[in-house]
Amino acid sequence: MRMETVAAGGQDEPVQMNMIQAINSALDVMMGRDPDVVVMGEDVGYFGGVFRATAGLQQKYGKNRVFDTPITECGIIGVAVGMGAYGLRPVPEIQFADYIYPALDQLVSEAARLRYRSAGEFIAPMTVRSPFGGGIFGGQTHSQSPEGIFTHVSGVKTVIPSTPYDAKGLLIAAIEDNDPTIFFEPKRIYNGPFDGHYDTPAKSWAGHADAQVPQGYYRIDLGKARIARPGAALTILCYGTMVHVVENTVAKLGIDAEIVDLRSLVPLDIDAIEASVKKTGRCLIVHEATRTSGFGAELSALVQERCFYHLEAPIERVTGFDTPYPHSLEWAYFPGPVRIREAINKIMKD
Amino acid sequence: MTDSIESGAVTDGQGRNLPPLQLHVPEPPARPGESADFTHFDIPAADAAPRPDEATHPSQMRDFAYGLVRVLDEDGHAVGAWDPKLPADTLLRMLRYMALTRAFDGRMFRAQRQGKTSFYMKSTGEEAVSIGAALALSRDDMCFPSYRQQGILIARDWSIVDMMNQIYSNKGDRMKGRQLPIMYSAREAGFFSISGNLTTQYPQAVGWAMASAAKGDTRIAATWCGEGSTAEGDFHSACTFASVYRAPVIMNVVNNQWAISSFSGFAGAEATTFAARAIGYGIAGLRVDGNDVLAVYAATRWAADRARANGGPTLIEHFTYRVEGHSTSDDPTAYRSAEESSQWPLGDPIARLKQHCINLGIWDEERHAAMDQQLAEMVRDAAREAEKNGILGHGLHHPMESMFQDVFEDMPWHLQEQQQQMLDEWKAAGL
Repeated sequence: MRMETVAAGGQDEPVQMNMIQAINSALDVMMGRDPDVVVMGEDVGYFGGVFRATAGLQQKYGKNRVFDTPITECGIIGVAVGMGAYGLRPVPEIQFADYIYPALDQLVSEAARLRYRSAGEFIAPMTVRSPFGGGIFGGQTHSQSPEGIFTHVSGVKTVIPSTPYDAKGLLIAAIEDNDPTIFFEPKRIYNGPFDGHYDTPAKSWAGHADAQVPQGYYRIDLGKARIARPGAALTILCYGTMVHVVENTVAKLGIDAEIVDLRSLVPLDIDAIEASVKKTGRCLIVHEATRTSGFGAELSALVQERCFYHLEAPIERVTGFDTPYPHSLEWAYFPGPVRIREAINKIMKD
Repeated sequence: MTDSIESGAVTDGQGRNLPPLQLHVPEPPARPGESADFTHFDIPAADAAPRPDEATHPSQMRDFAYGLVRVLDEDGHAVGAWDPKLPADTLLRMLRYMALTRAFDGRMFRAQRQGKTSFYMKSTGEEAVSIGAALALSRDDMCFPSYRQQGILIARDWSIVDMMNQIYSNKGDRMKGRQLPIMYSAREAGFFSISGNLTTQYPQAVGWAMASAAKGDTRIAATWCGEGSTAEGDFHSACTFASVYRAPVIMNVVNNQWAISSFSGFAGAEATTFAARAIGYGIAGLRVDGNDVLAVYAATRWAADRARANGGPTLIEHFTYRVEGHSTSDDPTAYRSAEESSQWPLGDPIARLKQHCINLGIWDEERHAAMDQQLAEMVRDAAREAEKNGILGHGLHHPMESMFQDVFEDMPWHLQEQQQQMLDEWKAAGL
């Protein structure tokens, strides 16, 4: 089947994809290239996943390589550790990031530590895919952004794409990586970029430059940020859904901000951050996750340590509040355009 | 009161319970200063258990979860349907491996007491659980042990100097001194890296077995946990996965009666057996005399043959007794009767196999004493060899900068920076 596709269109010819299709394509490409790649998780098999990210894969690669699992996240990750020890390259899905907590011991104490504790005798080359973030009226159990829990753990990488093109290239790199990687997918932008205004009609990825995705293999190395918008007035560090919210807010303000899409939190592209902040002298950090001990705190410390004498204003953070994600008040919680605009104005005043 | 329960009226009509609710907090039969009491154990005759066909459906195996698979009787004779009828040389190898494990434990326990390392855990009284299983499995079957199965490495002829290097965390330690003593890893011996967290290895073993099955391999997996940690969620996740995918895995529960100071009642032993956990999952369950190495061998072989024939998983409870403390860090006389180990009704696994070999005319007391002497010298020499690589806290460890290796395959900038900072700080301090 794949050969026919190649013959018909050529693998490198980009086609329009939303983020789900790009993720599906990455899985398809990697399963085709490497017989040790297996996909597992709740509802990922016959049905193809609740967000359809694994649609068609079981039909194409068989039940030994794409299969549904019992509803035990601890079991899913534990089994993936064992499969990795055998020599497979598992890509387990945790249906929502909010469900990842039962798997924490297997992720933190096992997958993340296996290479270290065995001095490389055993490794856990797994990529844990999980939709995360709010903006879909998912309530407190379908909206969380727990990336800061994982960036705090030694031995695990944390990757978050913001476009279909990046989603595919980063997922392929994560699957090829021999270390465990948490791949958080911003589900609010699965079907289209989000400008932060929940009350305007939803946009699709159609026509977006970063939704033109090659059909074949390509990879984006982990640890490389993307300059989503070059600028000179201030640096805005963000990732996932917030990249688009920030882009839209900046455009409306007409300010010449440099928007750095981190793409990978661990490993982090410190060179890109440092270069940008030294150029602009001002830094705003935006994430949807709760504020205290969030990844923004680490970013703020790093910028202060490395760029202190270049800073012309205090570093600002716009984040989710330190509350659970409230269902009816979702849009008061979400760090949207109003709060981002206020923060930019404050930074630029000094 | 019974009347009101039988009639369905458990309240007084105003929403209050009759009688008042009571919380049951388990208490072991004997505490320090009290007489050991094992009269509540129902130990069937050694030849009582029939041996089912390996293809028997789990629903037909209910009785095996409550009985006790035994081979050696009280006089050291091999009896009944489970007798594996092993050749003399295999019996003597088993005896030697168990004795070597005990000699190794004795030496390393003393090394900890002498301050040569931080920690040790003996397997005294439980040697049969590891040795019997290791000999029943193929050398390339993958083991996911807990922390008291050092006998598997010994029965797979792994270097005891290598094991000691790990215990001393010295420069010869292949794990680079990163793990607590006894947390071995030996890929070549089919021995998975031991975690200090309990029962995490259970779903991992199931995953390994699923991978082997998915690849059409011939190797199976085996895993071990204690009765106490069957309470962990991982145990139940693993049983569910093993049952659902009929994974070729043997799940061993070493019921040595004690989890540090908590007796098996805190894992549910007052209500049922640990082998009976298998019933709810539709898994074959066997309850085995864990101090009878022939019974352990026979049960493991049964489970291995079943797994290799795509018959799925088996849960084996090894009924045994932890003769020593949990580790070098606890004093068992502070929480249990000192008489227990001497009165354990299923005896000592080494003494029982020794008697059996004497009964067969292939062994005698003189040869046994000579073997013990030779093994003691062997572990002494091995310890001296290992100590040339250093003991814990005496400088002969891996270099400081090795701390930053193997966190990831390639060292990212933040670890390189921290590594350099550490070296610079030590240099600046003149160290």
